[in-house]
Amino acid sequence: MKQFNDIKSGRREFLRGSGYLLMGFTLMPGLGFTTEPDECYLPEQTLIADREAIDSWIRFDADGILTVLTGKMELGQGIRTALMQMAAEELDIDIKKVRIIIADTGQTQDERYTAGSGSIEGSGNAIRNAAAEARKYLMALAAKELGSNVAELSVKNGIVKSNKNQKTIAYKDLVKGKRFEAEVSEKSELKKPADYKLVGKSIKRTDINDIAAAKSRFIQDLRLPDMVHARVMRPPVYKASLVSLPTEQVQKSPGVLKVVVNGNFAAVIASQEYESMKALEKMKQTAKWESKPIMPLQAQLYADMVQNGNAGEMVEGDKKTSKKPSESAVMLEAEYKRPYQMHGSIGTSCAIGLWKDGQLTIWSHTQGVYPLRSTISDLVNLPLEKIRVIGVPGAGCYGHNGADDVGGDAALLALQMPGKPVRVQWMREDEHKWEPYGSAMVLKIKAELNPEGKVTSWQTDIWSDTHSSRPGGKAGHLIAGQHLEKPFTFEGGGFSGGSHRNSLPLYDFETKNVALHNYKGPLRTSALRSLGAYGNIFALESFMDELALKAGKDPVQFRLDHLTDDRAKEVITTLVKKTGWDLKKEPGIGKGFAFAQYKNNASYFAVKAEVKLDRAAQTYRLVKLTGVIDSGQAINPDGIINQTSGGMIQAASWTMLEQVNYSSDGIESNSWETYPIFRFEDVPDTEVFVIDRPELEPLGAGEAAQGPVSAAIANAIFDATGSRLREIPLTPDKIDWSKVS
Amino acid sequence: MAELINIKVNGKNHHVTVDPEMPLLYLLRNNLRLNGPKYGCGIERCGSCMVLLNGKAQPSCVIPGAAAAVYEVTTLEGLTKNNVLDPIQEAFIEEQAAQCGYCISGMIISAKALLTENKNPTDQEIRQALQRNLCRCGTHTRIINAVKKAAAKMNKG
Repeated sequence: MKQFNDIKSGRREFLRGSGYLLMGFTLMPGLGFTTEPDECYLPEQTLIADREAIDSWIRFDADGILTVLTGKMELGQGIRTALMQMAAEELDIDIKKVRIIIADTGQTQDERYTAGSGSIEGSGNAIRNAAAEARKYLMALAAKELGSNVAELSVKNGIVKSNKNQKTIAYKDLVKGKRFEAEVSEKSELKKPADYKLVGKSIKRTDINDIAAAKSRFIQDLRLPDMVHARVMRPPVYKASLVSLPTEQVQKSPGVLKVVVNGNFAAVIASQEYESMKALEKMKQTAKWESKPIMPLQAQLYADMVQNGNAGEMVEGDKKTSKKPSESAVMLEAEYKRPYQMHGSIGTSCAIGLWKDGQLTIWSHTQGVYPLRSTISDLVNLPLEKIRVIGVPGAGCYGHNGADDVGGDAALLALQMPGKPVRVQWMREDEHKWEPYGSAMVLKIKAELNPEGKVTSWQTDIWSDTHSSRPGGKAGHLIAGQHLEKPFTFEGGGFSGGSHRNSLPLYDFETKNVALHNYKGPLRTSALRSLGAYGNIFALESFMDELALKAGKDPVQFRLDHLTDDRAKEVITTLVKKTGWDLKKEPGIGKGFAFAQYKNNASYFAVKAEVKLDRAAQTYRLVKLTGVIDSGQAINPDGIINQTSGGMIQAASWTMLEQVNYSSDGIESNSWETYPIFRFEDVPDTEVFVIDRPELEPLGAGEAAQGPVSAAIANAIFDATGSRLREIPLTPDKIDWSKVS
Repeated sequence: MAELINIKVNGKNHHVTVDPEMPLLYLLRNNLRLNGPKYGCGIERCGSCMVLLNGKAQPSCVIPGAAAAVYEVTTLEGLTKNNVLDPIQEAFIEEQAAQCGYCISGMIISAKALLTENKNPTDQEIRQALQRNLCRCGTHTRIINAVKKAAAKMNKG
């Protein structure tokens, strides 16, 4: 057995104590890295190439500290705590003796992107299986040491006890800091949910201790010795070209070390951050651009989508045109729209690059360290083994924002400054104007209702740009890649399942069809939390209310009448029990309901929205959102509540306020003034109930609320005002106030 | 050009030679290595960079360091005294009032200013006091609860 050399005593106190970055640190020869914990962010590389090895996922050191390794990234969703819980549970050790290392191509496995609410299902299960395998291995060792059978052993807090002779031995004395050197077999027996002590408990996130005490280190807070600061000058509009940039003035600006111009990619590197900002201002004043207008204009966007989207392809459902409508049936049709919307991270994108001794290191808040590594390899033409991407949490991203782009910026600029860490942070205006937005969508639904009030056929047509343009190895997907003198081309057309996510109703209709019309729109788009599910569920669950009205049914009962899935029914009936759903009219108050199972295969979620009208001011307020979620086995219920409640508030903000505005000259939503989001006085009260199903698989939870919340608000507005709003944002000016009595 | 600025931050006097126009935020972060206040928007519209200036919550991203030097400056780091957390910090941990956590320094600073002035704020008063602080994760409900809890703790003594 080989000794681990990455976990040495002395370092561990920091590792355990910080609980945040959870990286070992080593002195980097020649770079003068000090030993102050918050200055050392270059953990030793300990990657094990074998994905099946137990040691790839969990490791014990000589003092019995368990290290969990995940390729997933902490995005504020609390994934670290949940994964540590799962490992500690299988091994019966004290969670205080567990630490975790997150996404780092030098240490963790390739787990692609932290996306699609898939971390518990993916990484969680890998870690759980590795821990179960490790337990089996440790039990065999312990049986030998204690002179017992495996069946006679029990474990508590990492101490194995023989129930035959009462002898004990600690895991650490079995492992002695060595590797397991065994593979994870598919057959290792998992602990029974009935025996869980940690899983299912709301274990507190230790990283919140650090956040509250100003001890956490976000990517924006890393401060490496000799670090220099860069700012990138983006064009005023997407396809502008740099005509001239007299650099002498900028060069003379205090502290400027280098001005980098390569095609339309221009940046300045300075000793101090403020100097780089001042130099950027100078650069902007002297640069001359030739612009191309953005077309079509916002006012024509939706019409253009339907006109110029492709002919459409059946992507879900029965994939055939519905039979001829029966004569007794009623046809209903409606069209819904959602605009381009932003991730709107509160912290701007940031990365640090270091080019030293033929090795490029990038510190990044990317959602995928491995895909970013291959993308940078493409961008700077270096082999993969010369590049390391180390994941460091940033501000919440909610999907593919500028994190990868700024990683590309840092890589290009680091190569211009050998030996010095180059820190790049975007200015707020650039974050707003350059992040890839959630795509605008047009959704047309047609359905047939029979005389018994049952839906017999359903057809959705979707017009949308892509919901996933993550780089995944292609430099043409990075802003910098597209702006270089020899540009990498963006290979569009990567239209993925994201556009029609959740477009297929979970309801039991005789025939259901979804056609997708791909559309290459004017603005840059990619994955925003829940992708197309947000727009699709807005349309689907709004239309269900329209159908219920037509059928003369209570909207909740109407849904239940079309559902056979017991878990779907249970989130709905639980919500009814918790909120006392009824359609009794109260003047000035509106109640709305919506439901979906995220991706039709992950968490079930039902929500009730309550709005209150202010007729004098012709406005409304969202008073309360109540949600019920079934994520199968709840690893950490409080974590699920926190994320779900957050998703509800965020989705309400998207739905009531948000749309990216642009003109032919560029993006107009360039600040929080021009792209307002919820502030405290807008935020509703929220309440979330979790249905825990310990005996079932855990399901992704983080995106379940996004879609249903939008429709619940629209349904509540209809209930209160009689106005059916079919275009997000649901601003009060869209309500027909003359109908409001 | 660079000037010597004497500024009191978290109870300690500092002498730094910087561009006097440089906003306080960069002085705190880069010269004094305080990570509490954060850059979010640079135009006083998000609250990520909130600090206390003579006890009042103010953004630090616009006010020049030289102009801020007339005040006593407190950052999130300064609320912890001899390793003992402020009741507001404790309440945020107890309520698990954070997701990504980027905005939390600003939230706690705004809450500190509020609770110094108003020992028993209503929900509405808490919302008003935090109106300048943006949170994108949607942690607002928990943040309000944490401020209420902190008020209760402080009133208990």
